[in-house]
Parts: sequence; C-alpha cells; structure tokens
Amino acid sequence: MGKVKMSKKSTSIDMTAMCDVAFLLLTFFILTATAKVPEPLPVDTPSSTVQTKLPETGLVTITVGKSEGKEQVFFGMKDRAIRSGALEYMSSKYKVDFTDKEKTEFELMDEFGVPVEGLKQLLAMKGSDRAKKGVQPGMPCDSINNQLQDWIQGARKANIENGGTKELQFAIKGDAKEEYPQIKRVMDILQDQKINSFNLVTGLRGKDY
Amino acid sequence: MAELNTGEGGGKKGSGKVRSKKSNAKVDLTAMVDLAFLLITFFMLTTSLSKPQSMDLGLPDKDDKDEPQKDVKVDQRRTMTIIMGDNDKIKWFHGLLESPEPNGKPTDAVYGRNGLRKEILKRVVSVPQVTGNKDKGLIVIIKPSKKSTYRNLVDVLDEMAICKVPTYAIVNDITPDEMKLVDEMNK
Repeated sequence: MGKVKMSKKSTSIDMTAMCDVAFLLLTFFILTATAKVPEPLPVDTPSSTVQTKLPETGLVTITVGKSEGKEQVFFGMKDRAIRSGALEYMSSKYKVDFTDKEKTEFELMDEFGVPVEGLKQLLAMKGSDRAKKGVQPGMPCDSINNQLQDWIQGARKANIENGGTKELQFAIKGDAKEEYPQIKRVMDILQDQKINSFNLVTGLRGKDY
Repeated sequence: MAELNTGEGGGKKGSGKVRSKKSNAKVDLTAMVDLAFLLITFFMLTTSLSKPQSMDLGLPDKDDKDEPQKDVKVDQRRTMTIIMGDNDKIKWFHGLLESPEPNGKPTDAVYGRNGLRKEILKRVVSVPQVTGNKDKGLIVIIKPSKKSTYRNLVDVLDEMAICKVPTYAIVNDITPDEMKLVDEMNK
C-alpha cells in the first residue's frame, strides 16, 4: 500500500505582525492619554446619571471641600492664557508684583488655594510639595476678603482680552459631604457676577439607581 | 521574523565529533502580545472614563434689591415641595402646606427609585391631567435646609433629570411653618 504522508503542520502562528500592531496601538494610547494631575484638594464628588461632559478649554473649576476640619475653596483655570491674564489682574489689584519666572511657573499650575499674598511662596515650592497637606490654606472668600470673586473677575476679563468668543464656563466641584450653605456661598459669589448657569461636577452612577 | 538563528551547528570542530545542539531560538511572542493588549485595553478604558461628568444647572437671575418684588402666582395643584433635612432625610408635600392636595400631605421619603422617584413620576403624569393643559406640568420646589449636604442636592437634581420634570427651582428661603417640618424631621 502507498503510504500517505501527512504533512506535519506547525501549530505555532507567527505573532510578529500582531505584536507590532498591538504595540503601535499601545503607543498611541499612551501618548494621547492625559496624565492625571495630582489634586491639592481631593474631593469625593457625588454621582449622578446625567452624562454631560465638561469642556476641555474655557473652563474654571471651583473646588469646595474639607481638609483638616476646615472648609476650603480652591480655584483652577484650564487655559494658560487665562491664567496669566488673571494673575496680571490680581497683581495690579492687590499690589503684589510677580517676576517673569513666577509668572511662567503660575501658568503651569492647575489648581491652587492660597491668598494672593501667599502665592509667591507657593510658586517657589516644588510641584510635588504643593499638593502636600496643610500647605495651601484655601482661597479666602468671605465678605471681608473676597479674593475668589476677584479671581473670577480676572479670569473673565482675561477671557475677553484673549478674544474668546465663548463665554467662560464655571464648574463647581464639591465634596459630597459638604453642607449645602458652603456650596450656596460659592453659588452666590458666582451669581453676584451674573453667572447664573454653571456645571456641577459629578461622578458616574449606575443605570439601576 | 522572530527567529534568531544562532549559527548552524558550528560545523565540524577538529577531529572529535562534537555535535553541538541545534538551538532554534524562536521567541514565543504570545505572552508579549497578551501584555500589549492588556495595556491597550487599560489605556483605552481610562482615557474615555477619566473625563469628569457634569450636570448643568441654571439659576434664575438674582433680583436686585431696589426692584419691587413681583410674586408670580402659580397654581397650587402644580407645585410639589421637597425639603431636605440632615442625615439624608427628606420630606415632600404637594400643594400648599396648609391645604395639601389629595395624597399630598407632608410625608417622609427616601432617595432613590423606590422612594422619591415614585412620587415624582406619579405627579409628572397626573398634574397635566388635573390642569387639563399639557404645558402646565409639575413644578418642583427644592428647598435644601442648612443641614442638608451637597450630595442630597445633586441627588434631587438628578431625580429631576431622570423623571423629566418640566420645571424645578431651588428655593432658599424656608418659611417658619416649613422650618417646623425640618425640625420634626431632624429629630
């Protein structure tokens, strides 16, 4: 009888191409992913089912939270041009001069919570030290010393001066356990400047809530 | 290709017949591909999820103090008032506090689908039928008391979005009668 020779097929597949594609995609995602900036005031946002995304630019975030038993308000601007414009406004209003180095340093800072008098010291620190507990006491926003209001005004002015066609958007990021009057105070400051529409930053909640 | 050929056998060495091993160094890429795809999945998921969600909130223009206040009369059958107390407690009533609508007496409720949502949904449907006009739907008045938390506020606002309440407002002044309700609830 004639022997039928079975050809011995190799079971291993060549994975080189697959590997290439996988790493290409991996590189793409790593490069496009935005690194999470450490927050100086971590808050636990309440969750909601509404799924409106926050805009990437033209946004000012006001964080309200509690740290070491004290209510604190932090202020953050997304655009670098607005940051520098707002700093300019504050420095002329409160008669605090900043060097060019400090100005560029400020443009890189996302969120902060110090009175403008203490901003110099904060800018002199290293980025990693700024997020440490107790370094930033929070933005003064009571009726005697309402710097938050001035920062908001400065940011809005800067937005107009930059030729921003879109109105600056404001987002309130509050801690879930924060009592309502604290949030109300920030809302009132915004409303005093005729900002009647803003966003509340929330987390994602499951559909079956 | 992923084959590393490390010289063929070395040929004949001297007189002794030393057969060197034929090592076919084909690298197994399976583990590497696995890892790569795992990382891809991770980055794909985190990039889309890291964007924070937000909730739009529009508040009415603040009245200037000089302007005379104009009270807008609203049909009491349309209003439902929700009062938030401390410790996640909540109370609601339909109509006026002194003369509530049928089944609308001040009642305690809980947040979530089996508590507040049922009551709101019921009224979202029933109010237009009572008023006989589609455009005159339910009006929800949200009254957060001093002790209520931000979470409570967002939960109620979320409820408004889920139930598609046509009109709702956050009202900050709590009348003395309503204050009594709050005290009762906070006990």
